[in-house]
Amino acid sequence: MGIEEKLPAGVLLSTVEGLAGYMRKASFWPASFGLACCAIEMMTSGGPKHDLGRFGMEVFRASPRQADVMIVAGRVSQKMAPVVRQIYDQMPDPKWVLAMGVCASSGGMFNNYAIVQGVDHIVPVDMYLPGCPPRPQMLIDAILKLHDKVQHTKLGAHRVAEIEQLETEALRALPTSEMKGQLR
Amino acid sequence: MELYTPVVVLVVLATLFGLGGAAMAFVVGPSRYNRVKLDSYECGIEPTPQPVGGGRFPVKYYITAMLFIVFDIEIVFLYPWAVHFDELQFFGLVEMVLFIATVFVAYAYVWRRGGLDWD
Repeated sequence: MGIEEKLPAGVLLSTVEGLAGYMRKASFWPASFGLACCAIEMMTSGGPKHDLGRFGMEVFRASPRQADVMIVAGRVSQKMAPVVRQIYDQMPDPKWVLAMGVCASSGGMFNNYAIVQGVDHIVPVDMYLPGCPPRPQMLIDAILKLHDKVQHTKLGAHRVAEIEQLETEALRALPTSEMKGQLR
Repeated sequence: MELYTPVVVLVVLATLFGLGGAAMAFVVGPSRYNRVKLDSYECGIEPTPQPVGGGRFPVKYYITAMLFIVFDIEIVFLYPWAVHFDELQFFGLVEMVLFIATVFVAYAYVWRRGGLDWD
């Protein structure tokens, strides 16, 4: 019924935001989407030394229907791109995407016609994690930052206001083509 | 009964936890429609088209199921006789032989009419 999207601003909304945010981040199940070398580091971070189980994330769901976050770990080839999109589409809301490693964030060292230059060409990404491959500690750091983001997502009327604010800021921002200096 | 009260309480709490979570997700959670959310999962590729309603399947299964029902009921009648075989002695044996002979007529009919042939 999607009540959380229709709540009016007020104390009730802040309470629901806090509660829902905490509950979502405390049991944040990843869909296993290990494609290449970054998958090994993802597996290690689920192992005993760097333990993802302490965040409730040791269950990597095989089915996207039961997952909250899709950790795209590894390079995405042109052939794999529709599969990535289909898996993302089959996840129920609310869902997040973490692009792990440089290949998922921007194509990495593979600047060619076969590798998609960044998985954000296919799915909307919430957290980028550079590294080739990123150490398990780096992955856990990115996951904790994503937890922060999840815990503080705004719902209902607050979300509408936030979206409006972001859009006006983006419209007023300096476009990349006008920027001078090292960025270009 | 007092011995099992904590177990029952635990089961009730676990059920409430599961159902409550699902109910909360249904009521509060967002839901955006996407065609593939209602499709079957096939590791990210478009699922193989299945015929409507599961497709046709051979009518031989119907014969097998019907024969199973008849002879399964016969077996169910044989079990109590087997348990009290000693007490029922000769009288029980005669009764059961008559019963089995009756069902045997049906079995012989099916056998000779080809009902047991799979093809």
